[in-house]
Amino acid sequence: MNRDIDIPEFVSYQEHKPQHHPDPELEPKKQKPVTKKQRNRTYGRVAYLFSAMFLALVGYMVYFNVRLTDELRANPNNTKMDEQKQYVVRGTIYSADGEILAGTNVDTDGNEERVYPFSNVFAHVVGYTTNGKTGLEATYNTDLLTSNTSIIERVDKGVNNEKVRGDSLILTLDSRIQQAACNALGAYRGAVVVMEPSTGRILAMVSKPDFDPNSMAENWDYLIAEDANSPLLNRAMQGLYPPGSTFKILPALEYIREHPDDYMNYAWNCEGSLTNGDVTINCFDGEVHGYEGLLESVQHSCNTSFANIGLGLDLDRFSKLCDDFLFNSKLPAFLPYSSSSFSLNANSSNGEIMTTSIGQGDTLVSPFHMALITCAIANDGVLMNPYMVERIENTEGVKVSESKPIKYRQLMTAQEASVLKSYMQSVVEGGTASSLWDLGYTVAGKTGSAEYEVDGNTGEEKSMSTHSWFIGFSNVEDPDIVVSVIAEDGGTGRSAAVPIAREIFETYYAYRQY
Amino acid sequence: MAIYTFQSYIVFSKRDEEDKEFLFLRQNLMMFMIHFIAYVNMYLEMEQTELIFFYGAQFLYLAATLVFFRNLYPRASKLVVNHMCMLISIGFIMITRLSYEQSIKQFKIVAISTAVALLVPLIIRKVRILTRWTWLYAAAGIGLLALVAVAANEINGARLGFSIAGVSVQPSEFVKIIFVFCVAGMLGKAKSFKDIVITTCVAALHVLILVYSTDLGSALIFFMTYLVMLYVATRNSLYLAAGLGAGSAAAVLAYKLFYHVKVRVQIWQNPFADYSGTGYQIAQSMFAIAAGSWFGTGLFQGTPDNIPYVEQDFMFAAIAEELGGIFAICLILICMSCYIMFVNIAMRLSNRFYRLVALGLGTMYAVQVFLTVGGAMKFIPMTGVTLPLVSSGGSSILSTILMFSIIQGLYIVREDEEEQFERFKERELGSRGFYEP
Repeated sequence: MNRDIDIPEFVSYQEHKPQHHPDPELEPKKQKPVTKKQRNRTYGRVAYLFSAMFLALVGYMVYFNVRLTDELRANPNNTKMDEQKQYVVRGTIYSADGEILAGTNVDTDGNEERVYPFSNVFAHVVGYTTNGKTGLEATYNTDLLTSNTSIIERVDKGVNNEKVRGDSLILTLDSRIQQAACNALGAYRGAVVVMEPSTGRILAMVSKPDFDPNSMAENWDYLIAEDANSPLLNRAMQGLYPPGSTFKILPALEYIREHPDDYMNYAWNCEGSLTNGDVTINCFDGEVHGYEGLLESVQHSCNTSFANIGLGLDLDRFSKLCDDFLFNSKLPAFLPYSSSSFSLNANSSNGEIMTTSIGQGDTLVSPFHMALITCAIANDGVLMNPYMVERIENTEGVKVSESKPIKYRQLMTAQEASVLKSYMQSVVEGGTASSLWDLGYTVAGKTGSAEYEVDGNTGEEKSMSTHSWFIGFSNVEDPDIVVSVIAEDGGTGRSAAVPIAREIFETYYAYRQY
Repeated sequence: MAIYTFQSYIVFSKRDEEDKEFLFLRQNLMMFMIHFIAYVNMYLEMEQTELIFFYGAQFLYLAATLVFFRNLYPRASKLVVNHMCMLISIGFIMITRLSYEQSIKQFKIVAISTAVALLVPLIIRKVRILTRWTWLYAAAGIGLLALVAVAANEINGARLGFSIAGVSVQPSEFVKIIFVFCVAGMLGKAKSFKDIVITTCVAALHVLILVYSTDLGSALIFFMTYLVMLYVATRNSLYLAAGLGAGSAAAVLAYKLFYHVKVRVQIWQNPFADYSGTGYQIAQSMFAIAAGSWFGTGLFQGTPDNIPYVEQDFMFAAIAEELGGIFAICLILICMSCYIMFVNIAMRLSNRFYRLVALGLGTMYAVQVFLTVGGAMKFIPMTGVTLPLVSSGGSSILSTILMFSIIQGLYIVREDEEEQFERFKERELGSRGFYEP
């Protein structure tokens, strides 16, 4: 070894001898030598710190792949899948009854055109692919542009220089019910949701005003104009409305929970109005319901009785119940939606309590959410996970994946559900939805007339308007379908929403016989 | 591709536990296999004959680097050499895939840098004077940064470098090394609180100039490196806490004062709020990582070119997209292993100055990897720094290879020291008690 190197190394070594030089490491007390062990401890700490940082990166990468990937792939701005367009023709979307809801035509020059044969009927749910992507076209973009077709087919296409077709979606939506719902809603703005409570399958979802997905580019400016009443908004899932009297089943349930043994002894004498402080609650149209129990209160949709019930409830528990019923929280959903809101707590004023208990106040809910609540009541308290895509198939009809009914959550006990069912059945048998009693099968339901302020000022009666609500289900013993209807500005429940629901029930049973 | 990635993962995970020669050789084999397969893949896709020659040149370069380092410096850490070659080869693959032209440029720079770097351990070994030029380092570092801040061309809102004879240079990359030498020199000699204050002022000046040049990534790297070095030199965690506190306060202040800092934070919170504008780059990066999932789309099957400046700042996203999340995680683990090795080397050195240099350079490297990888995944706000050795960018490559070589050189010094010590012990054994190795 070369001496030139040795000497300085030697010096550097000597520096560490405590006798000659007090340790050169910076020390408050210079006398105390620093052992190598002490010194290395700080290095070790630094190494651990940075290793932890690197592992955090690894952890986040794993999290990214597990949790964020699907969401990012479905992001409407994500054009990554569009690259697949070079190789794959977008798959077809079919209704449950085999109708094409969205398909791509390819002409002899290879030009592709996305066609929606039902034009506006499925506009919001199926969505569109020009001017961005919405609806199922957006949610299932990846699947529609993925081809699981057989190798033979691929080679065949490859030889002929043709593109393969992406997989098809087969929906739970039934074109006949969807069409009926669309017709029944007619010229009303509003929404209809039809579901199978025992499985969570969605049979129809309509929102109006609507649009024609075949001509998005041409009509775009008109569709996004401010006075067009937001036709692109899927009111069934993104529209938030005051629930009106349909909400009354929740304070009724809370009353039952707080009085498990004697709720059937509830008694109230309705005198047509109830005043507490400076707030007065009136029953609809000046009606006076007289003596009634809990069932009659629901049956007649008695405002004074529910204002009275609300005043007696434990508000923290009631608030908890509403949260359990998916207010202020996420909904099980596969399309963009708005969360419903409910705000009452122990500090709320009596006025707020009374108005909230009859479905006014600050409570807001989407028609889809009301359908979920109704499903849970119809299905012995169990909410099934809602779904709209029955299965995904390749072009040769071979199944790629399939949705199975899964339980989402138990919202109430079967016992509670059966009590609410009987109350809702009484609404049809002599209550506010009595026009549905002659259908030939049992129906249970609840109407609602949700008042809202047209210009946003409070207390001005002349500026109030009324949304017409109905939620209900048919064949109460073993419920077949749940219907949730809102007709904006439709007046009372029975005037607009109930007839719409009737047409849907009739259509469903007309086709079911075959 | 997925299988090879997985295999390489097994090798990498073993590596830390076993220091055996055959494992290193197997790592090399693995690296060449990945490199080969990637190039076969790319050749089939691009169908350019030049690619075969290019591959040959790269193969020769990688082999030569391994052989030279092994033979000229038999005691160099083989693990670090392996990692360096592995990272460089991943860089070659991805840059070739993204832009053939740039990859040729990259290859030239890497080759030159490595040639220069081979001399570095030699210089460190021979030249002792390196330790004494503290103020010269400080002056050079601050001078260069100030020059950039005042004179550099503005590219994408940040003043980073200028062109000399057609080659664009980013001085901040080289100042990184000088800075570490400077701080190590000052802290190495520091005996009183006053010395620390002076050092801190010098370091703060570096950082402030960088902030003024809007080179936030580098500013953060310098800052973190200084903190770690200060902590290690003083072994006083109060400094660390105070530094972090001051850093946080400065960050909040910067957020309020500088518009571009605010934008970075906003797009970190929600890149989709201004998707077509400022959020576009990070959104595309996230889409790329999402598209890659665990196993990646395969080379040329993805579209990492959608990310603006992918070859410089978002290499990680490109790798995650086409080579897959598992491969990307392996990459992070390789970088982590490098850092652990660096600290390990630092811990074994007995000369205070060298120890601080090794740790400082290692920390620079670690912080930079953390910033770029974290930024690409949106784990932290994007800062726009390169992924060392993998990203394209001449100055970055040269300075990182130099950094690796310097540490490597120190490693050799360390082994010399041990040998020296053994001999010393033999000579002087028993005469007096001395410092435990």
